[in-house]
Amino acid sequence: MQVAEKVLVGAGLSFSRPTDDFMVIHLAGNWERGQILPNPDETLKVIESASLRTLSFDASGLAAWDSNLLTFLIRIKERCNEKKVEYRDDGLPDGARRLLVLALAVPERKGARRELRKESFFVTAGEKAEQFAASAGEVFDFLGEAFVSIIRFLGGRASFRRVDLFLFLQETGSQALPIVSLISMLVGLILAFVGAIQLKTFGAQIYVADLVGIAMVRVMGAIMTGIIVAGRTGASYAAQLGTMQVNEEIDALKTLGISPMEFLVLPRMVALTLMMPLLCVYADIMGIFGGLIVGVVMLDLNPVVYLNETKAALSLTNVWIGLFHSAVFGVIIALSGCLRGIQCGRSASAVGYATTSAVVTSIVCIIVATAIITILCNVLGI
Amino acid sequence: MDETEPQIVIKGLDMGYGSFVLMRNLNFTVNRGDIFIIMGGSGCGKSTLMKILIGLKKPLRGQVLYGDLSFWDADPDEQERVMRRFGVLYQSGALFSSMTLAENVALPLEQYTDMSKSQISSMVSLKLALVGLAGFEEFYPSEISGGMQKRAGLARAMALDPDILFFDEPSAGLDPVSARLLDDLILELRASLGTTFVVVTHELASIFAIGNNSVYLDVDSRTMTASGDPKKLLAQSSDPKVRKFLTRGEESAHVQA
Repeated sequence: MQVAEKVLVGAGLSFSRPTDDFMVIHLAGNWERGQILPNPDETLKVIESASLRTLSFDASGLAAWDSNLLTFLIRIKERCNEKKVEYRDDGLPDGARRLLVLALAVPERKGARRELRKESFFVTAGEKAEQFAASAGEVFDFLGEAFVSIIRFLGGRASFRRVDLFLFLQETGSQALPIVSLISMLVGLILAFVGAIQLKTFGAQIYVADLVGIAMVRVMGAIMTGIIVAGRTGASYAAQLGTMQVNEEIDALKTLGISPMEFLVLPRMVALTLMMPLLCVYADIMGIFGGLIVGVVMLDLNPVVYLNETKAALSLTNVWIGLFHSAVFGVIIALSGCLRGIQCGRSASAVGYATTSAVVTSIVCIIVATAIITILCNVLGI
Repeated sequence: MDETEPQIVIKGLDMGYGSFVLMRNLNFTVNRGDIFIIMGGSGCGKSTLMKILIGLKKPLRGQVLYGDLSFWDADPDEQERVMRRFGVLYQSGALFSSMTLAENVALPLEQYTDMSKSQISSMVSLKLALVGLAGFEEFYPSEISGGMQKRAGLARAMALDPDILFFDEPSAGLDPVSARLLDDLILELRASLGTTFVVVTHELASIFAIGNNSVYLDVDSRTMTASGDPKKLLAQSSDPKVRKFLTRGEESAHVQA
């Protein structure tokens, strides 16, 4: 008879072999979390030793136990099955035996466990390309549906709640005024400062008015409002629609026969496209005001002279170009916000991803659109 | 279980939101090893009561005693210590969606124990196997069904072998076989580990199968109208509303006829 004794604080574990092919595992002491527990690997090694046929337990010295004992026993039982060793559990506490039965009651579902697959570069590249094609398809689907719903809206046949539209007008329009004021005034201020340093050396301070006026009205006002609104409204649209997707609200709309495109996307799109040009005009005025402050305080210009110079420098074409920019940006922000929201997956992290992606998409598209419009204006000579 | 050591004592509890009182003057005791059922019709405040018990919402008035400690009068450290002994299964599972099932269950183990990686992973496999999800370790919550999410939530609640397990509607969304397995699991955990259960449910089959103590919250009178072993309540209670609830409305129809 061989005895391998291990002294441990708390949990006790020892083996005895009455005969060569029969082993008893003696469990003793306190097998609970917080105690020092024996490492199952050593026990498994003992089981693997040749000629063992039967394994039994003696739990007479066991004082207390919790799931830690169960994880230990499961490892042993699995190894016994592999090695064709008979596993006798009649020496175990009743509760532990029944819990083990319960744990093994539902067999592991075939194919549920996943292995990490390693794909070759070409497979990955091909899959990505297919995904890209699929997502491009989704984007065009979305654009098409959006276009159709606008046609229906213009024909007065779109089904959405008028109240929603006014709510969105308020949210995207008037509630954005404070932050638009702050940002565009500061941008006007910054432009004036940068210009003033250069123009002062030629004694041409008065042209700060031209610089700020044209830059703000033609492009900067629209871009700044676009970026603010993308972060403020575009992100909130994506989060709203994404959460609705998670809550199955969009599915509910579809089953009621209401097009989510008309009911959810259309009012948001209309509200943004209407409000963006108005916000842009407001931003232009605030920007010019910011330039005026620098002109008056730093360059000692007369406010009336400054404003007259601005008025002379600005043509109506500049205003139209600025408004055109902002209307385009409005459509871009609404579309990318709603698109990302509708595409959203069904989990909390997917909503976060949709929001980020909406803002990134809008800002990238805004800058690209600005570049295209600027080049076109140059080519056309406006 | 013949020893009846009170584990949670509720004294003169009023609960509600702001000035709106949902339930007033609740008094009951949950003993160690009880499977305590909180029952009542929809909107009677079962879930709110559970929120108060697990320390997420302050009651308007009254005390919740864990042993000798009055939970809502204790300082945050003591509250934290009491809460460490809880396991909670929320109504929809409340799994962390950015983590796999294994990571969800492992989180409390990593936070509050000094177990090694391999110990944690075998503990995670055991808990998932106990709820019938063996082999689903690497799945994300969004990839499995609602019933499975709930069972995975249970595995997470059991991760630390808590003294008290709180279940909010455990069997809603489970198929009858899974619901039965869950009841077996509850009974088994109580018998072998001595865990106390507080279960919010209106699943009658479960109530009679597992409950040995209960409280009935009545919407109209805004207080508890019955308490005790649900099987005895069914046999003895004279309150028509309790009888109606426990017999799925058949009893009262019979009385009116």
